[in-house]
Amino acid sequence: MDVLAAVFVTPFANMWGNPEFVVEVIIGGLLSGVMYSLVALGFVLIYKASGVFNFAQGTMVLFAALTFVGLIEHGLPIWAAFLIAIAVVILLAVAIERLVLRPLVNQEQIILFMATIGLAFFLEGFGQLVWGGDVHPLDIGIPKAPLIIGGVLVNEFDLVAAAVAGSLVAALALFFQHTAVGRALRAVADDHQAAQSVGIPLRSIWVIVWSVAGVVGLVAGIMWGSRLGVQFSISLVALKALPVLILGGFTSVPGAIVGGLIIGVGEKLAEVFWGPAFGGAIEDWFAYALALAFLLFRPHGLFGERIIERV
Amino acid sequence: MMLIKTLLAVAAVAVALFGLGASTVFAQNEQFIPRLVYRTGPYAPNGIPFADGYADYLDMVDARDGGVGGVKITYEECETAYNNDKGVECYERLKNQGPTGASLVDPLSTGITYALIERATADKVPVVSMGYGRADASYGAVFPYVFTLPATYWAQADALVKYVGEKEGGLDKLKGKKLGLVYIDIAYGKEPISTLEKLSQKYGYTFLKYPVSAPGIEQSATWLQIRQQRPDWLFMWGWGVMNSTAIKGAASVGYPMDHFIGVWWSGSEPDVVPAGAAAVGYESGTFHGAGQDYPTVKDILKYVYDKNSGHSTRDKVGEVLYNRGVINAIYDLEAIRTAQGKFGNKPLKGEEVQWGYEHLDITSQRIAALGADGLMAPIALSCDNHEGNGKVRIQQWDGKQWKFVSDWIQPDRGMLTEMYKESALAYAKEKGITPRDCAKVM
Amino acid sequence: MLYREVGQFKTSYAADQAIFPISQDRWLALAALAAAYLVIPAIGSEYWLLTIMVPFLVYALAALGLNLLTGYAGQVSLGTGGFMAVGAFATYKLTTAFPELNILFALLLAGIITALVGVLFGFPSLRIKGFYLAVATLAAQFFLIWMFNKFPWFYNYSASGVISAPPRAVFGRVFVTGAEADPRARYLFVLTVVVLLALAAKGLVRGRIGRAWMAIRDMDVAAEIIGIRPLRSKLLAFALSSFYCGIAGAMWAFIYTSAVEASAFEIDRSFQILFMIIIGGLGSILGSFLGAAFIVLLPILLDNAPRLAGFEMPVNLVSNLQSMVFGALIIFFLIVEPNGLARLWVIGKEKLRLWPFPH
Repeated sequence: MDVLAAVFVTPFANMWGNPEFVVEVIIGGLLSGVMYSLVALGFVLIYKASGVFNFAQGTMVLFAALTFVGLIEHGLPIWAAFLIAIAVVILLAVAIERLVLRPLVNQEQIILFMATIGLAFFLEGFGQLVWGGDVHPLDIGIPKAPLIIGGVLVNEFDLVAAAVAGSLVAALALFFQHTAVGRALRAVADDHQAAQSVGIPLRSIWVIVWSVAGVVGLVAGIMWGSRLGVQFSISLVALKALPVLILGGFTSVPGAIVGGLIIGVGEKLAEVFWGPAFGGAIEDWFAYALALAFLLFRPHGLFGERIIERV
Repeated sequence: MMLIKTLLAVAAVAVALFGLGASTVFAQNEQFIPRLVYRTGPYAPNGIPFADGYADYLDMVDARDGGVGGVKITYEECETAYNNDKGVECYERLKNQGPTGASLVDPLSTGITYALIERATADKVPVVSMGYGRADASYGAVFPYVFTLPATYWAQADALVKYVGEKEGGLDKLKGKKLGLVYIDIAYGKEPISTLEKLSQKYGYTFLKYPVSAPGIEQSATWLQIRQQRPDWLFMWGWGVMNSTAIKGAASVGYPMDHFIGVWWSGSEPDVVPAGAAAVGYESGTFHGAGQDYPTVKDILKYVYDKNSGHSTRDKVGEVLYNRGVINAIYDLEAIRTAQGKFGNKPLKGEEVQWGYEHLDITSQRIAALGADGLMAPIALSCDNHEGNGKVRIQQWDGKQWKFVSDWIQPDRGMLTEMYKESALAYAKEKGITPRDCAKVM
Repeated sequence: MLYREVGQFKTSYAADQAIFPISQDRWLALAALAAAYLVIPAIGSEYWLLTIMVPFLVYALAALGLNLLTGYAGQVSLGTGGFMAVGAFATYKLTTAFPELNILFALLLAGIITALVGVLFGFPSLRIKGFYLAVATLAAQFFLIWMFNKFPWFYNYSASGVISAPPRAVFGRVFVTGAEADPRARYLFVLTVVVLLALAAKGLVRGRIGRAWMAIRDMDVAAEIIGIRPLRSKLLAFALSSFYCGIAGAMWAFIYTSAVEASAFEIDRSFQILFMIIIGGLGSILGSFLGAAFIVLLPILLDNAPRLAGFEMPVNLVSNLQSMVFGALIIFFLIVEPNGLARLWVIGKEKLRLWPFPH
C-alpha cells in the first residue's frame, strides 16, 4: 500500500506543491541532456556514414580531451592546443581508416563493432601511457557560477554547454544538407557498394567522417573535462549516451539532441520524485527503461531510419 | 603458412603460461611484501599517490636502516585496476614469493578485501585493511587474519557525528537537525548507514540519504534535492570521480563548504583540485597528517628523492594519500618488527606477522623515534581488538593544503565494540566458524 | 595424412549423427577430457587451478550461454552480467535459507530462477531487433544490478551488500565452497558442471530447437513464414541462455571469488563475455571455450610477459601496454578471421585432412 502511494500519489503531490522546484529539475534535466547529446552526436555521425557502432567513442572523447589538456599543461595557449588536438584527431581517423576499416570492408556490423572494441582497449592503454593516470583539471574560462532566475537555479556552465551543442548541431546539419561532402556521406551511409559504384571515394569519406566525429568528441571531451576534470572516468559518459541513441535513433543528428533532452528530463524527474520510493539512485536504469518504452512503440528510435527487411 | 605460424605461437604461449606462478628467485635474508596497487583505470588518481608513498617509505627504510632488524624488505607491485578478480589473481600469484612467502597483504579496496578474507585466512596471510574493508573484522576472535586499524567506517561515522555535535554546541543540540549522507551506491558507500541510523535514534536528528549511482559522474539531480531539503550537515562517502563531482555539485547549489565533510577516502588532493576555488572550506575525516613537515617524510626526501629514485615527484610527497601510503607502510613494518621481537631477526612467515600485528603497540615514544610525531596517533591492538581504538581528526582544505581543524576524536568505543561483535558472530554462524577464545591465545 | 577418414565407415544412422563422426576427433576430445580430469589436477599448482582454470571454465560457461542467445538465435544481448548476478544471488538465498540443500540442487534451482527472469526481459525481443535490442537489454542489466544493490533482503541485511559463500559439500564430505575446499575439488566440480552443460548445449543446437534458432537468426520473417513460432523460440533462447549464465554466475560467486557484490556483474562483465563469443566465434560451442581462453589467459600472459622474459617494468606501463596489445590483437584476429577462432580451428582441420598434400 505504502509503495503504491509512493509511486502514484506522493510524486505528483510533491510536484504540485513545489512548481518552482519542478521547473528547476526540468531545466537541470534539459541541460544535462544536452551534455549527453554532445557525446551521442559522435556515435550518430559514425554510424550514419560508416554503419559502424563505434564502441570506442567514449575512449576517443577521453583521448582527445587528454591531448588537449596535456598540451595546455605543457604551456600552449588554448587556441593552439585546440588546433593541435584537432590535428591529432584527424591523424587518428586516418590511422583507423587505414588499419581497421579498410581491411574489414563489407564485414558484418557485429565484426566492425568488435573491431571498435579492440580500438577502445588500444586507445585506453595508449592515452594513459602517454598522459598518465592522474586527474587533469581543465579550466578554459567557462563561467561556472550558479544563477537564480525567478527563484529557479540554473548553472551558467550548463547554459554555455547548451549553446555549444546547439551551434555544433546547426553546423553539422548545414554540413550534411548543403555540401557535396555531406551528400556523399549520406550516400555512403545508405549503401557502401552503391556509393562506390557511382564514384564516391569510400576511404576519404571514412576519414572525413571519423575526423568530424573526433572533433565532436573533442568538444564533448572539453565540456565534460571542464565539469569533471579530465580523467579515465570520462570514457564512461558513453554509457550515459547510449539511451539517448536508442531513443533518438542511431542515424539521426536531431534525434541525438531530442533524445538527449527527453532522457535528461525523464531521468532527473524520475530520480527526484520517484527515486525516494525505490531507495534512490534509479537514474541509470531508468534512462534505459525510458528508452526501451519508446522503442516498444517505435522500434527504430524516434527519428531513426526504418529498416525494411526483404524476405 | 599463416596457420602454422598461429599454431606455433599458440604452442609457445601455452609453454610460457606454465611458467606462471613460479616464483622469482629472492636472496635469503629478505622479507617479501606483495603490493596490490592500481595505477591505471578510473581510480588511478587515488591509487597512484598511495602506492608511491608506501613504496618510497620501504625504499627509505632499506636505504637508511638496512631494512627492519637487518632484514631487507622487498616488494613487488601488481596492478589490480581496482578490479576484484584481478586483485585475487595478483594475490594468488604473489603469495608464495620470497623466502617465507607473503608476509601480509594490503588490498586497498573494500571489494578485494572481501574477496581475499577467506583465502588469506586459509593461507595464513594477514589482510591489512587500513581504514576500509569489513568493519566487523575488528572483532579479531572471528577474523584472526584481518586487521582494520586504526579505525573503521563505523568508527568514522560516529566520530563525524561527534564532531558535528561539538560544532553545534553539544550532542544534545543535534535534536531536530538534518544530517545528510551523499554516498556512492556500492558496498563501500553503504557501510556507514547502519551506524548513522542508530545514532539518529540516539540523538534525535533526521537522517537523509542521497545515493549516487556508481561511478557518480552525473549528480545534478542529487544536488537539486539537497538544495531543496537543506540538510544542516552533509557527509560524503565517495571514491574516485564521484568526490570531485560532488564538491562541484555542492558549489553549484551554493551549499556551505564548511558544513560538508567527507570520509577519509573523500578528502585528498585529486578530489578538491578539479573543483578549484569552489572547494575551499571543504572538510574531511582523517587519521594522519598531511604535508612534508615530519621528520620521517623529510627522511624520504633525503634518502630517496635526493638520490633521484622516488616513485613520485617531490611536490607530491606529503599529499594526503601519499602520507596514507606511508602510514600503511609504518604500520606494516612495525608489525614485522614486533614479530621479530618474538621470533628473531629473520624473514618471517605470515602467521608470525599475524602475531606481530595482534601484539602491535605503537606508543608516543615510538612515534617520536620513528619521526612521525603529529603524523599519526598511538595505537595498540589485541587478539579481539584488531582495530586498536584509533582516533579520528578532521582536516580542512584551504585551497593549497589540508590543515587540521579538530583535535583527535575518540568514537564511542563501547557501542562500536558491541556492533562489531554482533555482526562478526552472525558471520561466524553463517559460515560455521568457531570464534577463538582470546583468553587462551598467547 | 594424419586426419584421413579412410576406413571409417558408418553402419548405422546413429553413428553417422555422432557429435564427433571422425574418430580422430573423438580421440582428441577424449584426450582433452582426460587431460582436464587427470593431468591438470595432478600437476597444476593452486595458482593455476584457482586463478586460471576455474575462471576460464566459468567464463566459458557464461560465453556458452550468451552464444546460444546471440550466436545461434541472433538476439544480441548485453544483459549477461545481470543474469549472472541473478544466479549468484539466487544461489546465495537458497543456500542460506535451506542449509541442507545440496549445492547441485541449489545451482539447478538458481538456474531455473534465472531462466524465468531471462524470459521476462526477453519479451522486448519480439518487437525490437539488432543493436536496439542490445541496448534494450542494457536496461535489464542496469536494473538487475541496481536491484541487488538496493534491497537488503538479497544480501541478508549485511552492512556492505557483499554475499559470501557458505561452505557446502558434494557427496557429503568433499567441500567445494568455503575456505576448506581443496582447489582440486573446486576445479573438478566446475569442470564437471561445464562439461555436462556443454554437452547438453551441443545436443540442443544440433536438434530442432537449434535449427529454429538459426533460422530466426538468419531471417526471422522467413522463419515465421515456414512455421517457426518466433515467440516460443526467442523466449526459449532467452530462458536457456539465462539458465547457463545463471549457473555461471553462481559458480563465479561461490567457487571462484567466494565473496561477491552486485558490482562484480556490472556492464563490463557483459561486454567481456560478448567479446569472448565474438572472438571465439558466434554460433559455435567450441568458439565459446576458445574465446574464453583468449580473453582470460591473454591479459594474464601479457601482464607477466616482462617478468617471464626477465626484465622489470613499472606496473602501470605493463598494464597500459597490455591494453594496447590486447586491443591490437583483437583487431588483428578480426582481420585475419572475422568468424572467430572456431573458424580458424575448422580451417586447420580441413588443411590437416590434406596435409602434407596441397590439395
